[in-house]
Amino acid sequence: MSDVSEAGRDRAAQEAQLRAVWANPSGWRYWTSVNNTQVGLWYGSAAFAFMLFAGLLALLVRAQLAVPENDLISAELYNQAYTLHGTVMMFLFAVPIFEAVAIFLLPPMLGARELPFPRLGAFGFWSFFIGGVFVCGSIFFGAAPNSGWFMYPPLATSEQAGIGADIWLLGLSFIEVASLAAAVELIVGIMKCRAPGMRVNLMPLFAWYLLIVAGMIIFAFPPLIAGDLLFEMQRMFDWPFFDAARGGDPLLWQHLFWIFGHPEVYIIFLPAIALLAMIIPTFAGRPIVGYSWIVLAAVGTGFLSFGLWVHHMFATGLPQISLAFFSAASEAVAIPTAVQIFVFIATMLAGRVIFSIPMLFAMGGIAIFVMGGLTGVMVALVPFDWQAHDTYFIVAHLHYVLIGGMLFPIFAGLYYYYPLIDGKHMSERVGRLAFWLMFTGFNITFLPMHITGLRGMPRRVYTYPADIGWDWLNLLSTVGAVVLGIGMFAVVVDVTLHRRRKPKGEQNPWNAGTLEWVSEPEENWGVRSIPRIESRYPLWDQKDLARQVHAGEWYLPDAKEGRRETLVTSVLDAEPEQVLRVGGTSYVSIFCAATLGTVFIALTFKFWVVSLLAGAAFLAGVIYWLWTGTGEIPEKEEKDIGHGISLPLYASGVKSVGWWAMFITMSGDGTAFASLVFGYFFFWTRHEDFMVGLEGPGMFWPLVALALFAAAWAATVAARETNRRGGLGLSRVLLGAGVALSIAGCAAGLAGPWSYGMDPTQHVYPAVVWVLVIWAAVHGGVGIIMQLYCLARSIAGRLTARHDMELQNVTLYWHFMLVTALITFGVVGLFPEAL
Amino acid sequence: MAATAPALASCSGVQSTLDPGGAEATQIATLFWVMTAGGFLIWAFVVALSLYASQWKRKSISERGAGRIIFWGGVVFPVTVLTALLAYALWLMPWLRPFGAEEGTGVRVEVVGSQFWWHVVYRRPDGTSVVSANEIRLPVGERVEFSLESADMIHSFWIPSLGGKMDMIPGRTNRLSLLATRPGTYRGQCAEFCGISHAYMAFPAIAMEPADFEAWLEQRSRPSAGVWAPSAGHDLFMREGCGTCHSVDGTEAGGTQPAGIALGRTPAAGIAGPDLSHVGSRLTIGAGLLANDEEALARFIAHSASIKPGSQMPAYPGLSPDELRAIAAWLKGLQ
Repeated sequence: MSDVSEAGRDRAAQEAQLRAVWANPSGWRYWTSVNNTQVGLWYGSAAFAFMLFAGLLALLVRAQLAVPENDLISAELYNQAYTLHGTVMMFLFAVPIFEAVAIFLLPPMLGARELPFPRLGAFGFWSFFIGGVFVCGSIFFGAAPNSGWFMYPPLATSEQAGIGADIWLLGLSFIEVASLAAAVELIVGIMKCRAPGMRVNLMPLFAWYLLIVAGMIIFAFPPLIAGDLLFEMQRMFDWPFFDAARGGDPLLWQHLFWIFGHPEVYIIFLPAIALLAMIIPTFAGRPIVGYSWIVLAAVGTGFLSFGLWVHHMFATGLPQISLAFFSAASEAVAIPTAVQIFVFIATMLAGRVIFSIPMLFAMGGIAIFVMGGLTGVMVALVPFDWQAHDTYFIVAHLHYVLIGGMLFPIFAGLYYYYPLIDGKHMSERVGRLAFWLMFTGFNITFLPMHITGLRGMPRRVYTYPADIGWDWLNLLSTVGAVVLGIGMFAVVVDVTLHRRRKPKGEQNPWNAGTLEWVSEPEENWGVRSIPRIESRYPLWDQKDLARQVHAGEWYLPDAKEGRRETLVTSVLDAEPEQVLRVGGTSYVSIFCAATLGTVFIALTFKFWVVSLLAGAAFLAGVIYWLWTGTGEIPEKEEKDIGHGISLPLYASGVKSVGWWAMFITMSGDGTAFASLVFGYFFFWTRHEDFMVGLEGPGMFWPLVALALFAAAWAATVAARETNRRGGLGLSRVLLGAGVALSIAGCAAGLAGPWSYGMDPTQHVYPAVVWVLVIWAAVHGGVGIIMQLYCLARSIAGRLTARHDMELQNVTLYWHFMLVTALITFGVVGLFPEAL
Repeated sequence: MAATAPALASCSGVQSTLDPGGAEATQIATLFWVMTAGGFLIWAFVVALSLYASQWKRKSISERGAGRIIFWGGVVFPVTVLTALLAYALWLMPWLRPFGAEEGTGVRVEVVGSQFWWHVVYRRPDGTSVVSANEIRLPVGERVEFSLESADMIHSFWIPSLGGKMDMIPGRTNRLSLLATRPGTYRGQCAEFCGISHAYMAFPAIAMEPADFEAWLEQRSRPSAGVWAPSAGHDLFMREGCGTCHSVDGTEAGGTQPAGIALGRTPAAGIAGPDLSHVGSRLTIGAGLLANDEEALARFIAHSASIKPGSQMPAYPGLSPDELRAIAAWLKGLQ
């Protein structure tokens, strides 16, 4: 009897501790919260709000096109409206909404308290929010971008006197940074923060998909960032990357944009499929059939999606042999997609399906998406695309794919996961009504557009002549759009108003099998205790698991030291490795997002000084963040997590999450760099006389720069090794030497083009040399800051022989830096000599 | 969708890919109908199977059976269908656009896209050429090679009834080959968004009997008789400086000649305005925007910028109605 009550007291005490540790700040400080539940909700709500805004723009577009020769809105406003519609839907809704869902769902689904970098997650959200408001707001000042969401030069480089294109380029670069931050967080979270025993082949499919998608983001977004950089250099400083008269080529942008743009489609689509892969087994009442099939299909889709981009360029006059190759690749991607659809069908066939609102949206989504997929097969054939390209057929196709393959699954997910937000259900009646309104409205809008397009109507025209066969089709589309809008509105009403009247439901209302359903909506701690997982559907297969988790009978049931903690496990087998202390509530996330946002916004208006000051503030913020929030030396070596397991509180090198984050970030960074190098060789292939008789940068300075950077790298590696052996003093000397060598390396690198007086506005050759050299120098500069940071940590006693995480990560950075220097200076210094 | 298809195909308009008047468009329309029919069947099957699986079925199947469905439905079937489709399309490609083979025979047409109109040059086999604008004429039954360039933005040259589109990209010369099979007047339009009046960048495309086409070309190779008709319009045209941008064969109005075209390069400065040598006989003015009559001509001269936003032509609201009518009458006389 007394044992029981003692256990009860212990449990209550643990819960009080956990509650205090994971509590959100109150009042306006609530917004400084970094908890994944809050950040996920804000992220999702903001993305949803941006989607509604872009939906209104679509209605404006449809209103203008309702009748021929309409003059409801001006051509200029129309162009801004459709550009912003596409831009917002792609960059501010479709990608962020999944980052939101993932940030919200993944920790409980993986059995983690938190993702490994909560402050980074919050930073990503605030960057996204600030950038999104900036981009959306522009239309109220008539300054929105107006050349289409893919911003083709030379229209977007020269046409616009205003700042619309700059808002697009800088605002979205900023948002891409946020997406990359989220991707790093998700990859490390999925690889390193799963519950013990959750081997990769037991991972929930949602986690598999998000891992694939986040990996795709790391390799797909950087080419666009590189493209944005070139584009903005042309707009701001007249460097002629896309100006044909000075050796540039508008097609380079199309390549860089679509190398991003096509994977982007799958980055949007795969997480939606992932939601269906969670929903369908639940309502079929059985595990998914063909787990390995669907995982392999998703991986295959991810890989193939990087080899399809040219199918957006079939009409640009590329050689037929390349068209044939990309046509075949585009057809091939239909195969893994078909596998995924048939996995769902097979699962339903083998189970007993309960047809609920989430299933209604799921089935509707599949019906629409399959149609979009089939028209996709059609447009992937080159001859048909010569006709369909840039017409309303494409508009119809892409909306079938995105709305069927993304929006409907999102709504299915909303209805399915809503109980996890506040323990209540959304209205079944409103849901059914909304579904049918949306489904009918959608088809009335977009089915006729196939015909409109085949009857020759190009996309992006703000008006059209009467009586050439487009009138009634367009009117029909507009009517459908209104119906679709009403359907969406019904859901909004349901989310914002109706739920207040609903009673609280039970914990796992759908009787789902996956771990996220043990999380308690009213608690912030994710999971009460972290269980050992032995099945893909632990709530079905591991009897009594939910109770045990809630009773705190599993790992890490307490927060004795008053710190936010979660488990780190090994990548493949998920064996426990470390207790990770994650960052808590802090201003740094908002501060850094706001200052970085100011940098980009000030650049748009060419307020150089403001931009510079904000950049300095951002840097200070980041250093403060790192200094106070990371690499902390714990008060003890190990912590007991229960069941006789004691885990270290500190890890460095390949075992630490920070090392993985650095590795992943630098992979993305390296991809952006590779895109610039691609640009260099692209221009070389375009011109018989690549250098057009221009001199520079010679061999001498590039090779000197390379030697200096190599020496700086060697000094950094040596500093790490001596530090590890306890030679702190020598390590500091080596770091200091590294700094000096890096400074010299940057100077030598810039001296190459400088000494030849290469003028980047004269021709694309000097421009592309400068861009590569500046890229290397800026990375050298970041490397210097890192070396200085380690030096300071060492002197402050926060970096020791045992606790050397910072130095390990900085050395990893320098490995990438060495490769960057090698390629940059090898290319600009040696390649012209080899010609 | 399949049931209403035949009704949609006929009389679907002068800009329709489904009402073809050219070899490429015909082939692609056939390809489209085949794919649409097949696609509809596949779609209906998948949706019916989903509904059966989720709502109608009485008994669940075994996991083994379900696995077989994934294999046959998700792998074998798509691989088979896609391979066949791809083979067909790849076989079609060189057949549709046989570049290089017919070099030197027949007329070659050079088109330069510009915001927001088309500069057109017909290169005849005998080495002479005819300059025109905003209208394409081609002989039925003969392959015509197009060289496509741009003076400013990316445009895309497209006559849906005859064949697929091809982009016009600054710094590049793209080629397109079209074979009209049925005489008629079609409509072409710029398909790549190129700025504020992208919607107004169209042109009539007229497929003529070869003899008529030859006669037309021959007539166009000489100045229009209307040039010498005594007219106040002619004098006003010269006085107002219209000739600085627009060329009219047989007058001192030289326009800004697209010098780069002959060299196969895009002129850096662009071409100022459409050639007007035989503007009176064109079907439309303003690049497919207005039917060509004296009233429309006068209106366009007076209010070009509001009729066609972003047009580089300055408006001439200062001209009196009589003066406008005189210029319009002279231009209309350039047959």
